[in-house]
Amino acid sequence: MVRLVKSLEPSPGFPEGDPIALLQERFPDAISPADKGNHTGVIVESDRLPEVALYIRDQLGYQYLSSVTGVDYLDDGYFEVVYHAYRLSGGGPLTFKARTPREDPVLPSLVAVWPGADFQEREIWDLYGVRFTGHPNLKRILLWEGFAGHPMRKDWKEPYYEEEHKPFKSRWPQGHFAMAEERTPWGRNVQYPPDFTPEGWTPEGDAALYEGLLELETGHGNGKGLRTDRVVVNMGPQHPSTHGVFRMVVTLNGETIVDLEPVMGYLHRNHEKIGERNTWLGNMPFTDRLDYICSMHNNFGYAVAVEKLMGVEVPERAEYIRVIMAELTRIVNHFIAIGFLFNDLGAFFTPALYGLEERELILDLFEMASGSRMMCNYFRFGGVARDLPEEFLPLARELVENRLPRVIDEFETYLTGNEIFLARSVGVGVLPKEMAIAYSTAGPVLRASGVAYDVRKAEPYGIYDRFDFEIPIGTNGDIFDRYKVRIEEMRQSLHILKQALDQIPDGPIQAGKKAYQVRVPAGDAYGRVENPKGELGFYLVSTGGPNPYRYHIRAPSFINLTSLGEMSKGHKVADIVAILGSIDIVLGEVDR
Amino acid sequence: MSEEFQNDPRVPPELRHSVFITTLDKIYNWGRKRSMWPIMFGLACCAIEMIATAASRFDMARFGMELMRPSPRQADLMIVSGTVTKKMVPQIVRLYNQMPEPKYVIAMGSCATSGGPFKEGYNVVSGIDKFLPVDVYIPGCPPTPQALIHGFVKLHEMIEGQTIRDVPWYKEGVVDAIPVPALGPDLLDWRQAQEIAARARQIAEEAQEEEA
Repeated sequence: MVRLVKSLEPSPGFPEGDPIALLQERFPDAISPADKGNHTGVIVESDRLPEVALYIRDQLGYQYLSSVTGVDYLDDGYFEVVYHAYRLSGGGPLTFKARTPREDPVLPSLVAVWPGADFQEREIWDLYGVRFTGHPNLKRILLWEGFAGHPMRKDWKEPYYEEEHKPFKSRWPQGHFAMAEERTPWGRNVQYPPDFTPEGWTPEGDAALYEGLLELETGHGNGKGLRTDRVVVNMGPQHPSTHGVFRMVVTLNGETIVDLEPVMGYLHRNHEKIGERNTWLGNMPFTDRLDYICSMHNNFGYAVAVEKLMGVEVPERAEYIRVIMAELTRIVNHFIAIGFLFNDLGAFFTPALYGLEERELILDLFEMASGSRMMCNYFRFGGVARDLPEEFLPLARELVENRLPRVIDEFETYLTGNEIFLARSVGVGVLPKEMAIAYSTAGPVLRASGVAYDVRKAEPYGIYDRFDFEIPIGTNGDIFDRYKVRIEEMRQSLHILKQALDQIPDGPIQAGKKAYQVRVPAGDAYGRVENPKGELGFYLVSTGGPNPYRYHIRAPSFINLTSLGEMSKGHKVADIVAILGSIDIVLGEVDR
Repeated sequence: MSEEFQNDPRVPPELRHSVFITTLDKIYNWGRKRSMWPIMFGLACCAIEMIATAASRFDMARFGMELMRPSPRQADLMIVSGTVTKKMVPQIVRLYNQMPEPKYVIAMGSCATSGGPFKEGYNVVSGIDKFLPVDVYIPGCPPTPQALIHGFVKLHEMIEGQTIRDVPWYKEGVVDAIPVPALGPDLLDWRQAQEIAARARQIAEEAQEEEA
C-alpha cells in the first residue's frame, strides 16, 4: 500500500550543530580540514576510516551514503576517495575524504558499514586501481579482468589520445583534420603492451566470475536428504528482459535463486574520461546520453552541480521552464518503466504501447522547445538554451490538465487490480526499510520501502521549495509498491506541472550572455537532483581551467542494482525478471 | 501480367484473368523484403527510438517488420542500435554468426556507424563495420523513427536488386563464420593477430633502440 506524506521524517536524537566540528572534537588526531583551495569536507586518516564512518553513521545520523568516488591528484601524488553521506531528515551532505599514495593505493573498505558502497568501491578499483581491504568481492566491474591499466588515472592515455583538453587542434574547422586512426600505431581504437603476442595467448574469459559461484555448489541438498544440483545460468547480455545489455549470473537450486551476481559494463562508454577532456559546456550533450529516457533531467543535474561551483543565479522564467521539463520527463520515464515492467511480466507490449503513446506527445513538446526529441541538450549554466515557442504553453496545459490525468487514471484502472499482476508482484522482491537505506538505493525503490526521502524536499534545488506536492511512500517494499509509488509520483508531477504552468512569468531565460566557454572557479561540488530513477549526482572538481578536473556521475540505476542480489534470493527465476523491471534501470546510466 | 499470356491458347480461358507472370527473383525478393524479422536486440539510446518506431505512431508493422525475435536463429535483420563497446562486441559477433542466411545488418545511429560522440572512449569500437558487413548506415544521434524507416526502405531497395543467381547463400561451400574477438589487455580481433604481433615487436624494438 502506498500513502502520501507532506515532508520528510524528522530524525531526533542526533546532535545538532556543525557535524564537522563534532567530528573534529571526537577524533582530533584523525580529522583535518580539506586543504585544497575551496574544497568541501574533511580529510580522514585512512587507517581510522571505518571507525570514523561508524561514528558518522550511528552517532551523527548520516545514515545514507549517497556517493563514493575517486579522484586522481597526479601532481600531489595521491588518490582521494570522496564520500558523501546524508541525513534522512534532509539537509546538506557530510563530505569526508581519504587519501592514499599513488604508488600503492590501499584503503579500508566501507562495505561493512554501508553495503551500498559495494559497487562503487569496485568501480574505483576498476578505474583507479585503489584496492579496498576487506571488500568481499573486489573484481573489475565495468571493464573485464585482464584489461591493461586503470583508465581513469590521469597518466593513463586512451588509444585515440590526442591532447589533454578539448577543443583538439585536429578538429579546427579550417582544414588540417586528422583521423584518430592515423595517430595510433595500431590503426584502430586498441593498444597492447609492448610484449604482447596473440599466438599462444588464451583469453581469461569469465573464469574469475564463475570461480566464486562454483564454491557455492559444494553444499548440495534441500534439507530433506534429497540431493539437488545447483545450476549456474546466464541471463543476458542479450536477453529480452534485461532492458538492454545487462547480464545476471544466477545460481539456481531447482528454480529457486541461491545467488545472483549482476555483470555490467557492456555499455561502458567512458563518459567520465571523455568528460574530463571536454569543456564544461561540452559535457551537456553527453549527459543527455546517460539515462537516455530522461535526458532533460540529466541536464538539470549537471547544470545544478556546475551552478553550485559558479554561483550564478538562474532567472525566474528559466527556473519554471526547468521544472516543467523535469516533471514532464518524470511522467515519460514512469510510463515507460511501468510499461516495461508489465512487458517483463508477460503482458507483452500492450501497456508499454499505451505508455509510448503519451511519451510521443511529450516528446513533441521537447522537440518544440529544444529541437530534438530525445537528446534535448536544452539546459545551460544559468538558464536554458532558448525560450519556449508560443505554441508550447497552450499545448502543455492541454496535456497536463486534460489528457494526462485521464490517461493515468485509465492506466491504473487497467493494471492495478489485475489478478495476475497482484499474484506476481505482492510480496515479491521485498526490500526492507533498513536494507534499502543501507544499500543506498534511491528514488522509487527507496520510497517504496517506506523511506520518505526525496531530494526535492530534502535539499531543494531550483525552485522546488515553492511547489506544493507530496511524497508517495510504500509500506512493504515489494514490486507492487514500487509500481504504485510510480503511479502516484506521476500524479504528483502533474500537480507540480499545473502550478508551474500557472505561475510561469515572462522574462529572460539566461543569466548573462550566452557563451561557449564558461569560467568555473576552482573547488569541488556535489550537485544532486531527484531523477525519475533516483538520486542523480554529479561530483565535480574544478581547477579553474576550461574543463573539469574530475567529472563523476552518481548514477541511480547503478547503485540501485547493488540490492538486486539481496532482493532476488529465495525467489523463482521468473521473478528476477520482474524484480529487475521494478528497479527500472537504464544501461546508459548503469555503465556510463 | 502480360498481354500475350491472356491470349495464349494453352491457358484455359477461366484462368486467363487470375494468372500473373513475374520473374522468380521478383517474387522471391518481394516475399523476403515484406517479412524481415529483426532480432530483438537493443544496445543503447537508439534502441529506445527503435522501440518508438515499433510503437503505434510510426508502426513498423506497415513494413511487415513488427515481429522482433529475441532468438537470432529466427531473425534475418540485425539493427545495431547503439554504441558498440569492446566488452559487448564478442557477443554481437556471436549473435550475427548464429543468424541464418540471408541476413542483413543496419548500423543505426552514429555510434554504430563510426563510434559517434563516444569514438574517443577507450572501451568503444569505432563502428560495427570493423567486424560485421553493414548494409545500411543511418546517421543521427539518435536517428528519428522517420530516419530509421528511411533506412528500412533503403534496405528493401537493396533486397529488390539481389538475384538468386549470385547471392552468397546459394553458392557452394560454407560461408566462414566471423571469428569472435577476445578480451585481453585490449580487444583482440583474431583476423589481425599476426599484424598485432608484428607491430608489438616493432614497438618493443623501437623502445629498446631509444634506450640504447
